[in-house]
Amino acid sequence: MSAPLLVASGVSKVFAGRGRHVAALDDASISVERGRTLGLVGPSGSGKSTLARVLLRLVEPDAGRVDFAGTELLSLRGTALRAMRRRIQMVFQDPLAAFNPRATVSSALADPLRIHALADRKARPAAIAALLERVGLDSGLAGRAIHEISGGQRQRVAIARALATKPDLIVLDEAVSALDVSVRGKILELLVSLQREEGIAYVFVSHDLAVVRAIAHTIAIMDAGTVVEAGPTREIVADPQSATGRALVAAVPKLTIPNGA
Amino acid sequence: MRGPLASLRDLSVAYATDDKSRPALTGVNLDIQPGERLAIIGESGSGKSTLALALAGLLPENARRSGQIAWPGLGDLPLGGRDIGFIFQDPGASLNPVLSVGEQIAEVARRHLGLGRREAWRKARDLLVRVQIPQPQAALAAFPHQLSGGQRQRIAIASAIAAGPKLLIADEPTSALDMVVQAEIVALLDGLVRADGMTLLFITHDIALASGFADRLAVFSQARLVESGPTAALLSRPRESYTRHLIASHIDLSTPPLIDGAAA
Repeated sequence: MSAPLLVASGVSKVFAGRGRHVAALDDASISVERGRTLGLVGPSGSGKSTLARVLLRLVEPDAGRVDFAGTELLSLRGTALRAMRRRIQMVFQDPLAAFNPRATVSSALADPLRIHALADRKARPAAIAALLERVGLDSGLAGRAIHEISGGQRQRVAIARALATKPDLIVLDEAVSALDVSVRGKILELLVSLQREEGIAYVFVSHDLAVVRAIAHTIAIMDAGTVVEAGPTREIVADPQSATGRALVAAVPKLTIPNGA
Repeated sequence: MRGPLASLRDLSVAYATDDKSRPALTGVNLDIQPGERLAIIGESGSGKSTLALALAGLLPENARRSGQIAWPGLGDLPLGGRDIGFIFQDPGASLNPVLSVGEQIAEVARRHLGLGRREAWRKARDLLVRVQIPQPQAALAAFPHQLSGGQRQRIAIASAIAAGPKLLIADEPTSALDMVVQAEIVALLDGLVRADGMTLLFITHDIALASGFADRLAVFSQARLVESGPTAALLSRPRESYTRHLIASHIDLSTPPLIDGAAA
């Protein structure tokens, strides 16, 4: 096995409020292999979204280190940090909140191409059409406003925007949680096929263990700011060792279809 | 029994927007039986929340309603808050942020049960015990923002059942909560309606969550009632392709993973 793509170790973060200190992360550690998916699962307030934001350098931790493809991420500044941002992208739960409300599909996709100088002005329309095609959207959608298209289409545009910079890793924070179940399955299939074709690694953050199990190779279960249990998906789901893991497994609603009722 | 608690006949609702009228419910016929736990299943735009609002008399001003809602099981028109308790998805938005937990619940008991201040507060404390809030006496003085999402939803439930309603409507009451808390809230609601003989209308996008406790399912799609029936029969012999599609789209711990060799 080659070295992991990303290793976060001993990450801690305290948010200070009015006279109150909340340890959002307390010595949390995870590891992500190249071209594979780590499912980050836990109850509300477990710290999974904060840890995801640390990987994106959207939250600066108080302690710990994050090694990404041989570089320590947390010490990067300026140009080096901007260059690294190209390699780690993100998709959030609510694509409507994640986009500029006045954006069109085309301008949302043009931004990363321009910011990271990946396609000059003349090459951009073709690059945008190619991105839309890769996420299963018609290139005719390019001129539409982000708020006009459906939730599923919008999440596909968010994925296309993440793909634009040819990242090694995409952090998906509850990326399918707000979607209708029929749309959810299609987006999960898209993510899996993109990973298979392009070798992108995912950190898939979710409170839904069943969805994580469907697409993650490994799982890290978080509670109270730390990873309480981690390992191959099948082992964690079949035989969770932590109380949190057992509670998450037990909480998944089962669709029991009676035989010949 | 005097027949169904509520009887919907050819119920249609449309919302008037700037340039056009958008149908939210079209020609719905449905009976709600007294004491049953009926789950309304649907995706976004199915009309499931509009159905709940129409039953509770909470439709917004731009809604135009036709058809009938009769209440043979009540003998009279229901009074919101007294005969119908309503639990919304986001208790952070439905609870009054400047009233203490005790005040919000006691207010319902005073208005609809005619209790005095002291009795209403005692009632509020008893309700907090019923919804399993730890340290109920202390919780009476707390404000909603001091509580977790799950605890806030328990407070909203206490407030909704304070007047002893015949019908409890819960509109996606667990969608904003994590799955562990979701399981606790569903178990709590199920226990409360059983103990009090309330009728429960549980609105959800999650057919598996509903199948765990509902007596009957009614599936909605694009403003129409697709089909309804007893839970076991509807799941094992769905008549409509949309219902089959919903069942097939469900992901649980027995669904085949989308990736190969998940544990390899």
